[in-house]
Amino acid sequence: MNSFGRNIRIIARREFAGYFATPLALVFIVIFLALTGAFAFYVGGFFTRGNADLTAFFAYHPWLFLLLVPAIGMRLWAEERKSGTIELLMTLPVSTVDAVIGKFLAAWGFCGLALALTFPMWITVNVLGAPDNGVIVASYIGSFVMAGAFLAISACISSLTKNQVIAFIIAATVCFLFTMSGAQLVLNFFQGWTPDVVLEALRSMSFLTHFDAVTRGVIDLKDVVFFGSLIAMWLFLNVLAVDINKGR
Amino acid sequence: MSEMIALTRLTKRFGPLVAVDGIDMTVRKGEVLGFLGPNGAGKSTTMKMVTGFLAPSEGTALVDGIDVAKDPVGVKRRIGYLPEGAPCYGDMTPRSFLNFIADVRGLSGKERADAIAQVIERVEIGDVMEQPIETLSKGFKRRVGLAQAIVHNPPVLILDEPTDGLDPNQKHQVRALIQHMAADKAVVISTHILEEVEAVCTRAVVIARGKVLADGTPEDLLKRSPLHNAVHIKVAVTAADAIAGDLAALDTVGSVSREMTIDGYCAFNITSKSGAPIAPDVAAMLKSRGHAVNDLKTEKGALDAVFREITRGDQMEAAHE
Repeated sequence: MNSFGRNIRIIARREFAGYFATPLALVFIVIFLALTGAFAFYVGGFFTRGNADLTAFFAYHPWLFLLLVPAIGMRLWAEERKSGTIELLMTLPVSTVDAVIGKFLAAWGFCGLALALTFPMWITVNVLGAPDNGVIVASYIGSFVMAGAFLAISACISSLTKNQVIAFIIAATVCFLFTMSGAQLVLNFFQGWTPDVVLEALRSMSFLTHFDAVTRGVIDLKDVVFFGSLIAMWLFLNVLAVDINKGR
Repeated sequence: MSEMIALTRLTKRFGPLVAVDGIDMTVRKGEVLGFLGPNGAGKSTTMKMVTGFLAPSEGTALVDGIDVAKDPVGVKRRIGYLPEGAPCYGDMTPRSFLNFIADVRGLSGKERADAIAQVIERVEIGDVMEQPIETLSKGFKRRVGLAQAIVHNPPVLILDEPTDGLDPNQKHQVRALIQHMAADKAVVISTHILEEVEAVCTRAVVIARGKVLADGTPEDLLKRSPLHNAVHIKVAVTAADAIAGDLAALDTVGSVSREMTIDGYCAFNITSKSGAPIAPDVAAMLKSRGHAVNDLKTEKGALDAVFREITRGDQMEAAHE
């Protein structure tokens, strides 16, 4: 168990440093901060709402993550397979599970860092008024966990291809379906010819529904379990996909 | 246990393609095994199965008595592996890369620092430790890959084309390094450079189309050459006919062929009938008959001719099937 945690830590550290070895980290963080700000102020009407809360800020996170998180996740495995380093990594004394979790945690930590750097928003709203900081903390946690779910999807899909662009596009599409599965647009398509159980299941898979629940300030066990089990499932598929595809 | 690697009926299929077809092989401690074969023969696939990267379709691979299918991580701990093309993380420096490998290999503290310092010295990459690996020359990249494979001093070393792309000096250096480490390890190197086999290997295994075609010392392989222990002599043209007659009278001589050389002499190529040395016989005959000889050379036989013959025979078989 000790070496299990140790290997995950070592792999995560290398992977995390990898983001900063290229301009990727800087580009990503700058764009993320610029877009979260732009959406909150211009689209969300942060000032004109006249409320001391960050609803306008968090409301657009699912849409930003939809594009930006697959960009973080796309390199995780596709790059290893393309450059052949996967053969190096998978012949080191680490299990596939160690490698999958280590890489995921590194990318998730990077998302967390980007999210943490939005703290001026939180300071601003506290200077301007007296927001419910409990709701903001819950929203941050919700946003982070949702990013984790997007990332688990992206990491898994990254292991299915050697091409990072393909990984990005497919991951963004799958993330979009998960985000939108509660919307009428998607549900209408299924309505009428699928049983209600399926409709209900689809509706309950929606990231938006679960994220909205959290940003209202209530961290419900059901939402946490939803995102947690989604991450676990996609990481499990990731392990399978790496084992099956690594030699190809 | 002196048998560090033991393969039994090891087989790998990719769909209908049989890449490795029931290989049996053992490698002992102290041996340097040269794994030879044309491209696509199954060398790399075999190595990938032994190192736990690919799961065998059939058969078993034991490393230090451990079945790679049952305890892959245990096997990986005992192996140092240089994959084909020496892949490395290009955005890392050799220092951060070796630190990472040493960490994963479970080295820490002073042990880790010593191991890395020693390996830097061994493969001579001290000058490039702080440059991103992707900016290094092919030779340095290969040496970083080698450093990665030996940093934990593994009992089993598996190197897939370790000298590919190196210049002659670097090749010599890598071979010297392999020989230096060979005594207390089992080493497998794959190559298609045959001089390398003669230079470093104690044993050679030739495979083609996934099957073992020959297994023996490099000398054993050379014995298969029709030119093994052949003798070349160069004589004056005037004496050629007499000498040809005398050579034909020797029992140990196989075939005799002659040709004119560019400088106006007559050269004889004399093969050995049994493969045993015939130079003493030929020399004694020439001396007793009073023939003047300009030049006399014995031939070991060329390994690449043997290699071609072994693998070509197999391909012709395939064409007939």
